[in-house]
Amino acid sequence: MKAAMKRSNAPIFWGLFGAGGMLAALFGPVLVFITGIAVPLGLILPADAMSWPRMQAFAQHWAGKGFLFAIIALFLWHAAHRICHSLHDLGVHAGAATRLACYGSAALGTLLAAGALWAVGF
Amino acid sequence: MSDPRRPYVRPMAGWWRRNPFFVEYMVHEATALFVAAYALVLLVGLLRLAQGEAAWSGWLEALRSPLSVVFHVVLLTAIAYHAWTWFRIMPKTMPPLVVGGKRVAPATITACGLAAAGVCSLAVLALVLVLAGGLTR
Repeated sequence: MKAAMKRSNAPIFWGLFGAGGMLAALFGPVLVFITGIAVPLGLILPADAMSWPRMQAFAQHWAGKGFLFAIIALFLWHAAHRICHSLHDLGVHAGAATRLACYGSAALGTLLAAGALWAVGF
Repeated sequence: MSDPRRPYVRPMAGWWRRNPFFVEYMVHEATALFVAAYALVLLVGLLRLAQGEAAWSGWLEALRSPLSVVFHVVLLTAIAYHAWTWFRIMPKTMPPLVVGGKRVAPATITACGLAAAGVCSLAVLALVLVLAGGLTR
């Protein structure tokens, strides 16, 4: 009876891993191209596409806030879960310490992103 | 702790290097490091954005350095490989999809996923072009 009541937390982490992996597969390449290559080099997009007034307005809008939060937080949770399990494959036991380091980093990044989005204002 | 019987323990170090299938597995698992790196780049940018215009401009300037552009080309390669492997594996990770009484072929699911990624990429590029092109000002 007691064993049946104790539910695994695995589906939560697996869900975050799946959501982040899907977002990274759908939007990751184009976002890296825009923020890291196209805008810095002025390719295709205007070099001022990420200027201060534009990005401030983007981060203040509810849709921009939601997008930035989902991308940063879910990318982190996806990577944390995958790295945690790959460490196990490499012989590092996925015990409490490893899990705390992986998921703890993702949780910290999530809190920092939420704090920054709050500080940017509405 | 030494065991006086000295039993044979099959060494597991480097197990994945013995088989090309496992090498590919470890390579696509390693894309997570690059996804994490890009999330950190964005997180730093967001923190700089919250600190004001000067901090934000400093982050933009850092992205213009040749080293940063080369790093982002590496990130683009790794995350594109993640996208390709993600949709290649998707037929095995999702529940069976039945349309019209027949199970959808794995290749079809992969192709749909890759097409969705293409549509999303073009949509984001078009949205940024419209927003940055001054149509909303």
